[in-house]
Amino acid sequence: MDLKFTDAEPSADEREAVDRLIGVADSGWYGGERAAEDHRRSFGGQSARSRRDLVLEALHAVNDRVGWISPGALNYVGRRLSIPPADVYSVATFYALFSTHPRPRRIVHVCTDIACEAKGSKQVCADLEERLGPPSAVAGWKHSPCLGICERSPAALAVEAGDPAIERTLGPTTSHEVLQALEIGPAAVTSEAAATMAVPQAGQDGLLLLQRVGAVDPESLTDFVAAEGYSGLRRALELQPAKVVEEVKAAKLLGRGGAAFPAAVKWESTAAQEATPRYLVCNADESEPGTFKDRAILEGDPFSLIEAMVIAGYAIGAERGYIYLRGEYPRSLRLLRNAIEQSRAHGYLGEDILGSGYSFEIEIRRGAGAYICGEETAIFNSIEGYRGEPRSKPPFPFEAGLFGKPTVVNNVETLVNVPLIMRIGSTAYAELGTGDSTGPKLFCVSGNVARPGVYEVPFGVTLGEVLELAGGVSQGNSLQAVLLGGAAGGFVRPDELDIPLTFEGTRSRSTTLGSGVVLAFDDTVDLPSILVRIARFFRDESCGQCVPCRVGTVRQEEALVRISTRRDDDPTATASDILLLRDVGLAMKDSSICGLGQAAWNAVESAIDRVGVLEEST
Amino acid sequence: MTTTDNRAPVHMGMPTRLVTVSVDEREVSVPEGSTILAACDAAGEDTPTLCYGDTLTPKNACRVCMVEVEGSRVLVPSCSRRVQEGMEVKTDTERVRHSRRLVLEMLGSSVDLSTTPRVADWMVRYAADPERFGPPAGEQFDRDVHEPGEHHLPDGSTAATMEQPVKVDNDLYVRDYSKCILCYKCVDACGEQWQNTFAIQVAGRGFDSQISTEFSVELPDSACVYCGNCVEVCPTGALSFKSEFDMRDAGTWDEERQTETTTVCTFCGVGCNLTLHVQDNEIVKVSSPHDHSVGHGNLCIKGRFGFQHVQSREDRKRRND
Ligand SMILES: Cc1cc2nc3c(=O)[nH]c(=O)nc-3n(C[C@H](O)[C@H](O)[C@H](O)COP(=O)(O)O)c2cc1C
Ligand code: SF4
Ligand code: SF4
Ligand code: SF4
Ligand code: FES
Ligand code: FES
Repeated sequence: MDLKFTDAEPSADEREAVDRLIGVADSGWYGGERAAEDHRRSFGGQSARSRRDLVLEALHAVNDRVGWISPGALNYVGRRLSIPPADVYSVATFYALFSTHPRPRRIVHVCTDIACEAKGSKQVCADLEERLGPPSAVAGWKHSPCLGICERSPAALAVEAGDPAIERTLGPTTSHEVLQALEIGPAAVTSEAAATMAVPQAGQDGLLLLQRVGAVDPESLTDFVAAEGYSGLRRALELQPAKVVEEVKAAKLLGRGGAAFPAAVKWESTAAQEATPRYLVCNADESEPGTFKDRAILEGDPFSLIEAMVIAGYAIGAERGYIYLRGEYPRSLRLLRNAIEQSRAHGYLGEDILGSGYSFEIEIRRGAGAYICGEETAIFNSIEGYRGEPRSKPPFPFEAGLFGKPTVVNNVETLVNVPLIMRIGSTAYAELGTGDSTGPKLFCVSGNVARPGVYEVPFGVTLGEVLELAGGVSQGNSLQAVLLGGAAGGFVRPDELDIPLTFEGTRSRSTTLGSGVVLAFDDTVDLPSILVRIARFFRDESCGQCVPCRVGTVRQEEALVRISTRRDDDPTATASDILLLRDVGLAMKDSSICGLGQAAWNAVESAIDRVGVLEEST
Repeated sequence: MTTTDNRAPVHMGMPTRLVTVSVDEREVSVPEGSTILAACDAAGEDTPTLCYGDTLTPKNACRVCMVEVEGSRVLVPSCSRRVQEGMEVKTDTERVRHSRRLVLEMLGSSVDLSTTPRVADWMVRYAADPERFGPPAGEQFDRDVHEPGEHHLPDGSTAATMEQPVKVDNDLYVRDYSKCILCYKCVDACGEQWQNTFAIQVAGRGFDSQISTEFSVELPDSACVYCGNCVEVCPTGALSFKSEFDMRDAGTWDEERQTETTTVCTFCGVGCNLTLHVQDNEIVKVSSPHDHSVGHGNLCIKGRFGFQHVQSREDRKRRND
């Protein structure tokens, strides 16, 4: 491939940021200084091309350092990795955390998503707009979809480019705090919130998944090991890989990422493939609005994920695993890096793990602000250095996944159940919960409740019981609706609190558990406006690949804006807009390529049909 | 890797097995590995397609060819899904008609389809009404600026569209992305499927996506080598010869008056076939037969655009002096 670049050159900072990641260029062929001997040798570009999967990390390096990706930096990334500039640009412009036009070093992403809207983000934004003008990269503040810190709504993420870049989550935040973060920098405004803030139950007896959160130092391998850490791995390595899969099967572990697919079935079919290498991908992209359970684990007990991945890797015969971590989780990144390093240094990861002969490596890949990359095939494209567009299935991940090889994708919470199964055995595990939903489950409770946070309960408790754990709706207000499963889930009514929060229980009541979101709205919340926000989310997060979703999400938003501004003025027009929504919704559900488009109408449909949100107008 | 033995007998390939499927309750047999689309063709069904290209790997992005397959939760893209023995395909159910209608309405409301062949017929067939989403929002001038994840909240009074200024930045071909349905065919033709030049890609995300060079630099500054293979595969006329664009602009483009003559390119010895489109004794554009074994519809800049000398006749030369 003959690459052609424009004349734009990188600045010294940009060059250094990329070099630190991938090493200094050893030849003019890869973007380094052109030496005399370069005129007499040539390379096929193969060795550099095989590093295409570093493009997202390289763009992060530049964006972190200078705050945006200039034409010169883009050229340099392309040269160093042998990727055409149009391709690098197509990747860079896919992600919301990157900017391809100049912007200030400091930028604050203010969450305007549903949990934050229920807790006053609109006011925060109105104040900011008055002071700074409309949101845009240039103005230094942007609207953001759910930042995964809903327990601290209204929330924001403040970033300052530099070496190193500084990133801080703010929440509950105010416009004053955001302005300060822009004026004096995020580091001066706030320190990192304690991880236990997300877990009101921290330190309680009887927790299985959250047992160590708040009880051990998340940076200390010694603490982890002292609290039964890596005992699940020791047990697993005593068994044959197939036996580990069998245990997980007997435990009836279902995926916690949203689709509730049996983990052992994925593992078994992947392990049965002849093609190697096989890969394990941990889906830590957690971007479903209202979801923050994975973050609670990553920040409170990061070693447990490493332990889980080594066991899963062993079971399926993988030699490498990737953690695809959402870009807005800076502290998880730091803790995971530490956990990987320490585990490797002490023989729990890397070559010949604990003398078993089994070797396994883990790499972290950071997302950069794209909900769609949590889709199980989009995640492959993103890791490989392409736009995060879902692939069409078949082929399925177990046949041809990451780099075209057999791959298992599992959610963080799914995986951390595995060491537990190894520790207590599949029989004891399967006795927890109900017959079809076994084990403990994490729920992300947020919105208008007294104590928002991640709660661990055995499967089987009802919606009302989970809300009660979180202290119920705030004094003096009454519950208006609950959103289950996030923006891709569905609303239920306040008289349905007896819904059992199990996979089968929600299914039989025609709703969903999704990713474990329980988002409560009291009667102070304007639900039609929440519906517009949900529509806006899907319109922003659609990858744009297929027509029903790319255009359908736009038409859905337009119709909902019309309905919500019109209110009861013109019932006939509203009825015809609802018909339009149904038409568009059905086409999205039937004909979109992936789950995003297929689910983009679910929540709105349930709000209309189940809760009667737009009823007065029909 | 296997080594090739020159003395080994020529491999004729396995005889292909036939697979029998039912299309709208009619049994048809097609070779194993065929697409549902091929089975529909065999059954005499006329399936609308837009992003499907006979020389390209299906991207199945437009979703206008959807069919119902027994046992599948969602509809299935016929252009890319392979047949399986005993498959039951339905091409005209309520669900299929609904989806096809909606996809046509969504495209018709957001893209200028005035030069997309056949689409007007399909609109009639499926009773599509693109205007139901409201009046078009009008031309946008910032579609080349990408801020993914952030858009201006609409007020619902108009329907957002792709409408934007035409890109005329060279003498050979024009990019009118108001007509682009984002089918990815030009990207695939320019990239690894044919040309290996990688001058263009999809930039941005969602509805704000756009076919683009890096930082949307003009084509002469990009990697483009003007092979025109993207123009060849574009299903909507978003990419067109400058000659065609100018004639349409002047109102003189008239396909009824055009003849097509296929010949061999004389520029080099590769042997690509060209089809010369001639109107009033002037070559107005050049295409290339997709079923030709040498080029599969692809050409280089010389074969595609190097036809001016053919018509630099004396009278014309004089006129231009
Ligand atoms: C648009 C979209 C976004 C998704 N985002 C996530 C995510 O952030 N985290 C996750 O674990 N699963 C996500 N999923 C579900 C994954 O596709 C996949 O089912 C899951 O990671 C499998 O893991 P599990 O079987 O352990 O649940 C998403 C799915 C879709 C369609
Ligand atoms: S459904 Fe939406 S997100 Fe999924 S592939 Fe299609 S456009 Fe992309
Ligand atoms: S003319 Fe050829 S090189 Fe230029 S964009 Fe089109 S396919 Fe690519
Ligand atoms: S320009 Fe043409 S070929 Fe390219 S994506 Fe648009 S419609 Fe398809
Ligand atoms: S952090 Fe704002 S909605 Fe989740
Ligand atoms: S023609 Fe089949 S999806 Fe476009």
